[in-house]
Amino acid sequence: MQTVIIKYNAGNVQSVMYALDRIGASYRLTDDEVEIRAADKVIFPGVGEASTAMAYLRERGLDKLIPTLKQPVLGTCVGMQLMCRYSEENDTACMGIFDIDVRRFPQTAGFKVPHTGWNSISNLRGSLTEGLPNNAYVYFVHSYAAEVCPDTTAVCDYVRPFSAMLQKDNFYAAQFHAEISGNVGQRVLENFLRL
Amino acid sequence: MLTKRIIPCLDIKDGRTVKGTNFVNLRDAGDPVELGAIYAQQGADELVFLDITATVDERKTLIELVRKVAHAVNIPFTVGGGISSIADVSALLNAGADKVSINSSAVRNPALIDQLALEFGSQCVVVAIDTRFVNAAHIVHTHGGRKPTHLRTLEWAKEVENRGAGEILLTSMDTDGTKAGFALDLTAAVSGAANIPVIASGGAGTMDHFVDVFTTGKADAGLAASIFHFKEIDIPNLKQYLSQQGISMRLTS
Repeated sequence: MQTVIIKYNAGNVQSVMYALDRIGASYRLTDDEVEIRAADKVIFPGVGEASTAMAYLRERGLDKLIPTLKQPVLGTCVGMQLMCRYSEENDTACMGIFDIDVRRFPQTAGFKVPHTGWNSISNLRGSLTEGLPNNAYVYFVHSYAAEVCPDTTAVCDYVRPFSAMLQKDNFYAAQFHAEISGNVGQRVLENFLRL
Repeated sequence: MLTKRIIPCLDIKDGRTVKGTNFVNLRDAGDPVELGAIYAQQGADELVFLDITATVDERKTLIELVRKVAHAVNIPFTVGGGISSIADVSALLNAGADKVSINSSAVRNPALIDQLALEFGSQCVVVAIDTRFVNAAHIVHTHGGRKPTHLRTLEWAKEVENRGAGEILLTSMDTDGTKAGFALDLTAAVSGAANIPVIASGGAGTMDHFVDVFTTGKADAGLAASIFHFKEIDIPNLKQYLSQQGISMRLTS
C-alpha cells in the first residue's frame, strides 16, 4: 500500500511522518500530481495560516488536484480547514470539499484563544472513530474552527460546539493533531490507513 | 472539556536530563529519549525539552537528540534553548519538534516573536519568561535567570501575546527548585492579563501545589522536572488526584 503525504509549507510534516513510522506504515512525501493520484491513501497535513497555505497550494495546482482525488484523503488541522468552503482567517476562499465555513472563536471570558490542549470529542460516528471511547481526548491547537454540519463525525466543545472531524465520500478530516494525540490519535491514523 | 495539562520538563545538558536547585548544582536524571517515552505512556500531556546551557554556551540545541525524542513520543513536544533565528526554528521543526520556546532572544529582539509567528504560526511559538521579584517588582531575567532585564513581567507577557506568541511558559526564579509551591499570585496575574495559555513552572513539590496552581494560580498547564524524574511524584497518581479534586484531566494516554 502506498501512502503519500502532500508536501507543502505545512510545519508539522515531520511529526506526521514520525507518527506513521511508529505504527509501521510506509509513506512518501511528495507534491507530484502523478504520484499523489496513484497513491492508495493521501494525507494532507497542515499547520500555519490559511491564506498563505492556500496561496501555496494554488501556485502548484494542488487546490485543483485535491478535490478531484478518488482514494481516501485525510486532512488535519489547517489541512481540514482548507478542505472547507471558506476561512475567516484573512478572508480566505478554500477548496470547498466540505460545505461549511471556518470561523474564529469569538472572544469570550474564560476561553483563551488559540484553543490549546487536550479536549474531548463526542457524538462519534464514521470509520475513523472506530474503537474510540466517547469523550476520547485529543490534542488541539487552533484559533479557527469549522461549524457543526451534516458531515460532522466528531464534535468538540470550546466556546461553542464545532466539528472535530468531518467525513464526506472519500474525504476525511480532523481538526486535532492525530499525530501527537497519544494512543487515541494513533488509533485514528490506523483506522484511516485500514480503509 | 478542555483539560489542564501536566508537563514534565527535560532539562538537557550534554545530551542528558538534569535539574538542580535554582539552575545550579546539576544532577543527572537520566536519558531524555527513554524518559520522554515513559512520560508519554504514563499520560503526560506534553513534553518540554530545554537545552539549558545553550544560551550561555552559545551552543545550538542538539538536533539529533530532538529527532530521537520526537520519534519516540506521541504527544506534543516543545524544544527550547539557544534559539535565535527563523533558521534555528526551521531546523528544530524539521527534526520533529511541535513547538519552540524562546527566551533571551525574544528579550534581545522582540520582533523575532512576530517573525516566527508569521513564518510558522503562533501555535508553535512559546515565549518562556523567567521572572524574579526584585525591589518590589517582578522583573524578567535571561540567561537561565542570571541576568536581569529592564522588563516588567506583566507588561512583557502582554507584549509577547500581542506579538503573536501562542503560549507563555512562566518560571518564577524565586520558587524554582524550592519545592515550596508555584508562585500563585504572579501566575494568576499573568494568566489573567494574557489571553493565551500560561504554563506555570518553578516550585512544584507536592500534588497539592498543582491543585493550587490550577485553581488559585489560574494556570492552563503545570510544568515540573526533578519531582517527576526522581519519581517523587508519579504522573498517573497526580492526574488521578487532580481529577478527584475537580480539576479537568485527561486520565488515559
